[in-house]
Amino acid sequence: MSEVFKVTSRQAGKFIVIAVEGYINNLAGEKVLDEFNRRTAEGYRHFVLNLEKTQLVNSIGVSILIEMIEKTQEFNGSLAFCSLLPIIAKTFKIMGLTQYARVYETEAEAIAG
Amino acid sequence: MSANAPKRFELEIPIAHDRELEATKIAEQVAEEMQFGPDCVAEIKLALIEGIINAFEHSGSAMQKVLVEFAIHDEELEVVVQDFGQGFDASSKPAAARPLQKRGYGRRLMESLMDEVKYFTSPQGTRLVMKKRRPKRA
Ligand SMILES: Nc1ncnc2c1ncn2[C@@H]1O[C@H](COP(=O)(O)OP(=O)(O)O)[C@@H](O)[C@H]1O
Ligand SMILES: [Mg+2]
Repeated sequence: MSEVFKVTSRQAGKFIVIAVEGYINNLAGEKVLDEFNRRTAEGYRHFVLNLEKTQLVNSIGVSILIEMIEKTQEFNGSLAFCSLLPIIAKTFKIMGLTQYARVYETEAEAIAG
Repeated sequence: MSANAPKRFELEIPIAHDRELEATKIAEQVAEEMQFGPDCVAEIKLALIEGIINAFEHSGSAMQKVLVEFAIHDEELEVVVQDFGQGFDASSKPAAARPLQKRGYGRRLMESLMDEVKYFTSPQGTRLVMKKRRPKRA
């Protein structure tokens, strides 16, 4: 029994916006990481993760997002989040992500920096 | 507290990828029926997911299933995750997080999202009991 899970990405100026659809657990988190790695291999350094269509992220999924934050720090890039449901904003706060990554209400604000 | 007997139900979840979502579907129905708002419903679902994935990941159970129980009380929703693994020392909680620490947040999440979280654990298994108070009726 699997829910629909989809990751897509597009370029917006210097940013790559990764849009995620569905519940982010360990396997889904790995798919997001694969997309991130593919784009960093292309030379991109600045990322926005749009979670508008994600209802929940479990703690293992978040651990993979933390890995992505770490990688962007290594190459002086950035990772920001946008369009978070209150439960996801709360999860990120409890897990300390908000100290290391910016959170925006909308994708437009995120790519405006 | 009125003396109404709580309405209870139970389901069995096989230990397999994504199967925790079967329990969150039921949790959603129950919580909505109890008039929890959407944010509270999501909090209950995530706490339940964390409880179940801990049973999947850490219990070491030879029995390939966990039990999930719901009890609707007058004042609160009770959610139980029971595994048949080896148990653990629930009194030693993961230490305060280091910067960008990746794991060790599940219990902290459950405690932040629910009003009460208790473990009853033995070498025969672990019973996690969580409670969320019902929203006040207008
Ligand atoms: N049902 C369980 N059976 C055995 N050990 C458990 C169980 N639930 C939690 N634990 C123990 O508690 C620890 C902390 O769990 P948690 O806070 O969810 O962090 P994480 O799952 O990332 O390690 C686990 O690493 C494990 O050692
Ligand atoms: Mg855990």
